Amino acid sequence: MELGPRASGRPLLHRPAGGAAPGAASSARAARARRLGARTVALGYLALLLLGPVLMVFYRTFEHGLAPVWSAITAPSAQHAFWLSLEIAAIAVPLNTVFGIGMALLLERGRFRGRAALGLLIDLPFAISPVVVGLSLVLVYGQHGWFGSWLGEHGIQVIFSVPGMVLATAVVSLPFVVRETMPVLRELGTDSEQAAATLGAGAWQTFWRITLPGIRWAVVYGVVLTAARALGEFGAVSIVSGRIENQTQTLPLYVQDRFENFDSTGAYTAAVVLALLAFGTLLAMNLLTRRAHRKGPA
Amino acid sequence: MAIEVRGVEKRFGDFTALDDVSLTVADGALTALLGPSGSGKSTLLRIIAGLETPDTGEVLIGGSDVTNSPARTRGVGFVFQHYAPFKHMTVYDNVGFGLSVRKRSKQEVSARVRELLALVRLDGLAERYPSQLSGGQLQRMALARALAVQPQVLLLDEPFGALDAQVRGELREWLRRLHDEIHVTTIFVTHDQEEAMDVAKQIVVMNAGRIEQAGVPSDLYESPANEFVMSFIGPVNRLGDAFLRPHDIQILPEDDSSGEEALVERVVHLGFEVRVELKLHDGREIWAQVTREGAQQLELREGQILSVRIPAPRVFAS
Repeated sequence: MELGPRASGRPLLHRPAGGAAPGAASSARAARARRLGARTVALGYLALLLLGPVLMVFYRTFEHGLAPVWSAITAPSAQHAFWLSLEIAAIAVPLNTVFGIGMALLLERGRFRGRAALGLLIDLPFAISPVVVGLSLVLVYGQHGWFGSWLGEHGIQVIFSVPGMVLATAVVSLPFVVRETMPVLRELGTDSEQAAATLGAGAWQTFWRITLPGIRWAVVYGVVLTAARALGEFGAVSIVSGRIENQTQTLPLYVQDRFENFDSTGAYTAAVVLALLAFGTLLAMNLLTRRAHRKGPA
Repeated sequence: MAIEVRGVEKRFGDFTALDDVSLTVADGALTALLGPSGSGKSTLLRIIAGLETPDTGEVLIGGSDVTNSPARTRGVGFVFQHYAPFKHMTVYDNVGFGLSVRKRSKQEVSARVRELLALVRLDGLAERYPSQLSGGQLQRMALARALAVQPQVLLLDEPFGALDAQVRGELREWLRRLHDEIHVTTIFVTHDQEEAMDVAKQIVVMNAGRIEQAGVPSDLYESPANEFVMSFIGPVNRLGDAFLRPHDIQILPEDDSSGEEALVERVVHLGFEVRVELKLHDGREIWAQVTREGAQQLELREGQILSVRIPAPRVFAS
């Protein structure tokens, strides 16, 4: 058989004569069809599960114009719930940021027994139902709990008040900063920290000037996720808060309260505010990661 | 300053990285720690720098015991194998880091950084980030950064390992000249015997966590202490227990048959050097190193039978 110029000892990858070109074209068409099919299924799934319902909430909110929305937003208990949610996030997020960076350093740089077990423990809030978190906090800090009576004697009420809600929020949003920071810390390695040490930097200087700048985008990413989770938390906070209107009602709790009381405009409006907060955090994250990529490996 | 290592041992789990190592490096010397990977050379360097702690033994720099001092107080400049650049800082800030953690004035930092960037020929690149530099430039930045704090001792871990051949050659030459200029006691780690012989004035050969021999390059080559040093430094023929340098084998002209009879199995031209693979009449295989001119004069070709003179080989007591 005459093989022409390709018979130069290279592996012969061509198909039987004649069938090669049309075969390639039809397989390309099939691949395109498969990609299109996969895309349709993925988008359809998202539309049915997420996009449709969320758009529906927006539609129902603004169905009767802006006036009812405005009065729902300016309702005192709505305002209170909004600011309470922000207040809780403003305390829980910094707590988890500091704790998360410290824990990531410990898990990634430390050498001690039980490190793997500690790593698992950190992930527990992801796996466990928030309701269980809430209940366990009540058991420990409630009036009849381990510390509850001691705390009560000293005039500190944890359960059914803001401290307990902060605790619950902190627990459920605990793993984000740790988990975002750890892989970046590993990739960063210890060389640059050791280099800083040989140049005379102490541990604190090395942390602020070398380690933290090296992991800053991971930390920011973790903080944004923590904030989103903190603002939206329902289950755990619902249990520890006692859901007292104008006192321990966060925005997600307020949504449920309005919904149960057949105040659909109030519920939808608060839901839209929550959704907008979530969009805002996601947008912030997107912009930040884009900036991180533009600035190169930092 | 002089460096002294006394009876240092270091284990990582079951692995003995350093086994009773003692070493003296004179003030102002340029020394290579040479050995195969896993020989403990990098561990020894890191122990001198204070980046690892020895299990037993002492490290003295300039006569004072620094065994328990942290790296940052040892006055040691360390250049990492992969340069360990501070990626979020400019070249300028990288080089100035050591001075700025010492809270030196802006003017002083600026003057010193400019001076060092000129020394390592990175003058125009002060505002670049490490990701915008080539391997050779990163290497020089790392060196400038280490030198900025005027270390008493300069330690380099495989300084040329990650560079391509041409840049490596240039930097070798340049490091040697730099050392002539600033005379800081310098130790570098390498696994490349040619690099060690080219750059260093003293070579310490390491193997399996021990020092096999220390001395000037020509001594190591001409009077190796044992078979490891002999076969690690320079090419070698092994005939049973005996060792022989390929260039010591003399190939005689065709009309001279006073030596041992040998069959030319292969002639490899490596530029100036020609490598001749020979089979002796008793079946042993050796190779000889001749110059290009030598090979031409002898008209060497494969399959040829000729005569070679083999000097008394070196035998080491085991």
